[in-house]
Amino acid sequence: MGRLDLDVPRAVHPAAWWGWAVGLAVAASAGTNPLLLLLALAVAGLVVAARRGSSPWARAFRLYLWLGVAVVLVRVLLHVVVGVKTGRTVVLPLPRVSLPTWAAGVELGGDVRLEGLLAAAVTGLRLAVVIACIGAANALANPKRLLRSLPAALHEVGAAVVVSVSVAPQLAESVQRVLRARQLRGDGARGLRALPAVALPVLEDTLERSLLLAAAMDSRGYGRTEPDGPAGRRAASAATLTGLLLVAVGLYGVLDASTPALLGTPALLTGLLLCGAGLWLGGRRVHTSVYRRDPWRGPEWLTLGSGVVAAAALTVVGRVDPDALSLPLSPLAPPALPVLGVAGLLVAALPALLTPPPPRPAARVAPRGAREVRARG
Amino acid sequence: MDEPAVVLESVSVTLAGADRPVLRSVDLSVEEGELALVVGRTGSGKSTLLGAMCGRVPHFTGGTLRGRVLVHGRDTREHRPRDLADLVGVVGQDPLAGFVTDTVEEELAYGMEQLGLSAATMRTRVEETLDLLGIPELRDVPLRELSGGQQQRVAIGSVLTAHPRVILLDEPTSALDPVGAEDVLATVTRLVHDLAVTVVLAEHRVERVLHHADRVVHVAPDGTVSAGEPAAMMATSEVTSPVVELGRWAGWQPLPLSVRDARRAAADLRAGLRGRSPSPVSPRAAAAGRREPVVRARGLVVRHPGEVLAVAGVDLDLRAGEVTGLMGRNGSGKSSLLWALQGSTAPTAGRVRVLAREGGEVNPAGLPPDRRRERVGLVPQSAADLLYLDTVGGECAQADRESAAPPGTCARLLARLAPDVPADRHPRDLSEGQKLALVLAVQLTADPPVLLLDEPTRGLDPVAKAALASTLQGLADDGRALLVATHDVEFVAECADRVVLLAAGEVVAEGPTAQVVLASPTLAPQVAKVLRPGPWLTVDEVRTAVDGEER
Repeated sequence: MGRLDLDVPRAVHPAAWWGWAVGLAVAASAGTNPLLLLLALAVAGLVVAARRGSSPWARAFRLYLWLGVAVVLVRVLLHVVVGVKTGRTVVLPLPRVSLPTWAAGVELGGDVRLEGLLAAAVTGLRLAVVIACIGAANALANPKRLLRSLPAALHEVGAAVVVSVSVAPQLAESVQRVLRARQLRGDGARGLRALPAVALPVLEDTLERSLLLAAAMDSRGYGRTEPDGPAGRRAASAATLTGLLLVAVGLYGVLDASTPALLGTPALLTGLLLCGAGLWLGGRRVHTSVYRRDPWRGPEWLTLGSGVVAAAALTVVGRVDPDALSLPLSPLAPPALPVLGVAGLLVAALPALLTPPPPRPAARVAPRGAREVRARG
Repeated sequence: MDEPAVVLESVSVTLAGADRPVLRSVDLSVEEGELALVVGRTGSGKSTLLGAMCGRVPHFTGGTLRGRVLVHGRDTREHRPRDLADLVGVVGQDPLAGFVTDTVEEELAYGMEQLGLSAATMRTRVEETLDLLGIPELRDVPLRELSGGQQQRVAIGSVLTAHPRVILLDEPTSALDPVGAEDVLATVTRLVHDLAVTVVLAEHRVERVLHHADRVVHVAPDGTVSAGEPAAMMATSEVTSPVVELGRWAGWQPLPLSVRDARRAAADLRAGLRGRSPSPVSPRAAAAGRREPVVRARGLVVRHPGEVLAVAGVDLDLRAGEVTGLMGRNGSGKSSLLWALQGSTAPTAGRVRVLAREGGEVNPAGLPPDRRRERVGLVPQSAADLLYLDTVGGECAQADRESAAPPGTCARLLARLAPDVPADRHPRDLSEGQKLALVLAVQLTADPPVLLLDEPTRGLDPVAKAALASTLQGLADDGRALLVATHDVEFVAECADRVVLLAAGEVVAEGPTAQVVLASPTLAPQVAKVLRPGPWLTVDEVRTAVDGEER
């Protein structure tokens, strides 16, 4: 592990954040112990608060939290309406609708009992925490930088995604401009009737912009490939396709115990190797380089490692003491607090302290002067 | 002797679907280290000529190219634009449309990434280029937050990092205010002088570049191309600058190209004109000054989202029969002021009153859109946004319906503004001047007494601009009040009776055109700089005064 270099602000490699988030998500999905789930949520929140940048997507973490709240509420509501009510303590007496025999097994209404309600709430909470982990990765890792670290063979796909992301605000701008122009012709119509009058100029504008951008990218060397024989291209495609096929078969083999052992892990590994080879072969044709590639140093190892430790700790707890990971329902009792699990989750909070702070770009909004709606000539 | 940087050998280009060639048997060579200025009327094939030099024509645009184009020995028939990326840099009219990334630093590096240069090389070249352009403090700034001039300089820098030997610029300053344009052109001349880069530059506003050019390439409307020494070419070109026009009229030899040369040649003319002044403003403008204003704005404030103060307390009167020029740098609030006067943007504070047809005054922001345009018409910066039907005739008929005008009103107006626009043509296929005429006709169908125009000269060549100036004069003669926001000082000198100068949302100067523009070195038209301290703004004024004397 290299030095941590915490003094110089820089963005931690996005892949490290994703690795960390997936580790935390795996840890969270291991059980339904609400104490551990809430601890995982707190860890994710702490790291996001400490290390997110200033970009627009960094502010989206809150949206994921609201999505989590919605998931819990929907889960509880579904339980009250159609869930199978188990347990003894009735908290909300409700009439039960008897359903015809073909719908046996579905219970509409019925007394709501504490045990069932809690079980529904914690399963909802588990999903909510997993969502929050994904949200944390999104807030911490700049998606554009992640695309820049794609293998060379996927370079062109990455460029397409980057371009489409930056086109979105331009599209909104041109819709706004055309709507204002409609008003100048005395047309205050909104909704469907205004669609042709708005959509046509916007569409033409967008198409024209795309052509200009494509021409500009072409002249700046986008898509320069070394003259590489069709044989090389074919080899790359063949390797990738065969690899993907083997991965599919291998996954099936791993999940289905009745298939021969050879179709399981060996097929999966060979498939992954072939995919890698295909990407490498394809990447050899592309001779682009990356300006300021994100470095992978100590903080990245630490971030990734802390996620792995959390996942491993919870998995070990699940093997050794499976009961500690769930909320005891019959009889209802306070959940256990496994020391190893708590320690593992706390390790995942380390990136909040032991990674360099994100860079803060200087604010540059002119205090005065209009941002004239820029039009193209 | 070295081989020329760019060679065209009997090149003819016919675009897909066209029945006649855009360029006709062009033989041209551009020497290394030259700055070649390409002039010609709009639609004459300037862009096609530049496109042929970088391989976009025909690889990207389609069509047929006969003959041969060599760029430093590379034939564009075998090399696509991307294969020329290390040799030719291309900068377009709208820098924002060509940006691939979001920040200055990444944009500068993009071309080098595509060429596969090493990380260390890229770092040093980005730093060098930031210094060369004089924008090191902008490295992390999002491209969309830059001013127009800065964006265009970044666009030039982003092709420069690949160390090309030829740079092609297609109207790089058309969207910029005079100062932004000066910055960009200073950067370009620095490249030519310090790095010996070959530059081919197409530009309508000849007066901005002519004195930097080593050679002028003239593209005629029939697609033939001639090239030569700037002075020789300018003696006959239909696209000129005011200095050249003055020199041609006065018969100065050699023909001056810059204000400096003209000033030295003009000693006699200045002596002859001493003590005289242009014939007083037209009787119309004189009468207008005494009328009651049609539009009266008091303490107008417009604040955009994000706490941007676009217009900061403007008082403004517009009078019937008067053309007012609205000037100011990019982002000084000109567009915001126009929209607020029209009423489509409700002002944050202050009041706008427009004379109502039935007498009395109304607030345009309080009217429904269709009533509003009967009071105040606005032609926005991207005028084509107003058009959405597929024929000119359809747009005219729709305009008649919108304004409840008798059928044929709009078509008649259009025939007056631009006599030769076929009714079955698609609006997108019209030239910039014809498009503007169509939008103007559409807005005039509602017969508003007040007309506001936002940057109407953008994309117009000098001939079309002169036509627009006389159109606007004609509209003022009809008794309309006109407000024209523009960067073009020569155009203001031609057609405005009065000038309002905005800076940071406030009016900093206001008065008769001559008084305002003569007081400022950046706003003064070329003729004024040549004949200073005399109050002359245009060649026409001088011509009328002198010829009238002789008669």
